[in-house]
Amino acid sequence: MSLNKEHEIHNRRRGRNTGVGLMLGGFVVLILALTYVKITQTDFSNAPVNAGTSEVSD
Amino acid sequence: MTDVPHTQQYEAELGDYFALLKPRVMQLVVFTALVGMLAAPQSVHPVIGFASILFIAIGAGASGALNMWWDADIDAVMRRTAKRPIPAGKVEPREALYLGVALSGLSVMMLGLSANLLAAFMLAFTIFFYLVIYSMWLKRLTPQNIVIGGAAGAFPPVIGWIVATGSFSVEAWLMFALIFMWTPPHFWALALFMRSDYDDADVPMLTVAHGRPATRRHILIYTVLLVVLAIGTGFTAVGGYVYLTTAVILNAMFLLGAYRIWQRDEDDAEGDNYAVERKFFRLSLYYLFLHFGAILVEATLRGWGLTGGGVS
Repeated sequence: MSLNKEHEIHNRRRGRNTGVGLMLGGFVVLILALTYVKITQTDFSNAPVNAGTSEVSD
Repeated sequence: MTDVPHTQQYEAELGDYFALLKPRVMQLVVFTALVGMLAAPQSVHPVIGFASILFIAIGAGASGALNMWWDADIDAVMRRTAKRPIPAGKVEPREALYLGVALSGLSVMMLGLSANLLAAFMLAFTIFFYLVIYSMWLKRLTPQNIVIGGAAGAFPPVIGWIVATGSFSVEAWLMFALIFMWTPPHFWALALFMRSDYDDADVPMLTVAHGRPATRRHILIYTVLLVVLAIGTGFTAVGGYVYLTTAVILNAMFLLGAYRIWQRDEDDAEGDNYAVERKFFRLSLYYLFLHFGAILVEATLRGWGLTGGGVS
């Protein structure tokens, strides 16, 4: 039996890995889209002017 | 480790893990949560809406996986569930547990980020309710398991509503009540024609604990209560002429079905292989789908300014 022979189990693993990879890719795209929408929809005009700058003032 | 695992004869496919999430239940969850979200007075950005419904569906799937982990022993003896991934030997119980816990955490956290914390809390509560209150506690303890456990399946439209509004409201709880009251007659009809399944599994369904005539009576009583609720909803803010027309027709059919079930005895049922019970069960699926479809149509019409909502 050749060592390179493709077993049915390899196909199954490949299918599983491809599926998980696609889902992770989709998740990344979704987070990116969510972040974009959240940032563009938030009104930052009322945010404190000095927010986050006091620690590094010197 | 000295012992080699003997279970790796079969290596699970992606589809086996997907089956752990109870895709058919997920369809219902997606649809009812979507209706809850779209029926709410506030609009939701499509991306946020899509993400939120997806995370609600993943949360529902996670609770399905946890349910399959816990109930693997009874699933194995029931004909209806024997082919599920764990009893079929395709997935190990431990894998279902890990998948369920991981997806529960992910879905609740992500719903909190995409929508709001109240929606995330309600999703977490729903998972807890389905796993701990229903699966672990009530299912094997009381014939009222389906009645109280039905609440778990009724939360999705409430969560959808909260995604849009950030708060509870009477309309959201009406949609909850509709599913809550629909669940018992739906499952009891199934229990009638699945005959020995629940007996074999020692699950105290009403058919086992109180007998079949009592189950038939309970189906009629719950259907009458459901009819009042479903038609009454037509006169609230989520209702309207489309909903009311749909509800009157469906509820007349449903009530007639429940009445027929009540009038029959086991000899009649065995004579035609539970035709009336099977028909009632099938109708119950359309019943819920069309009621929520009508609520969605009413919401769409309101969005176009074609109706003011409500009939009164």
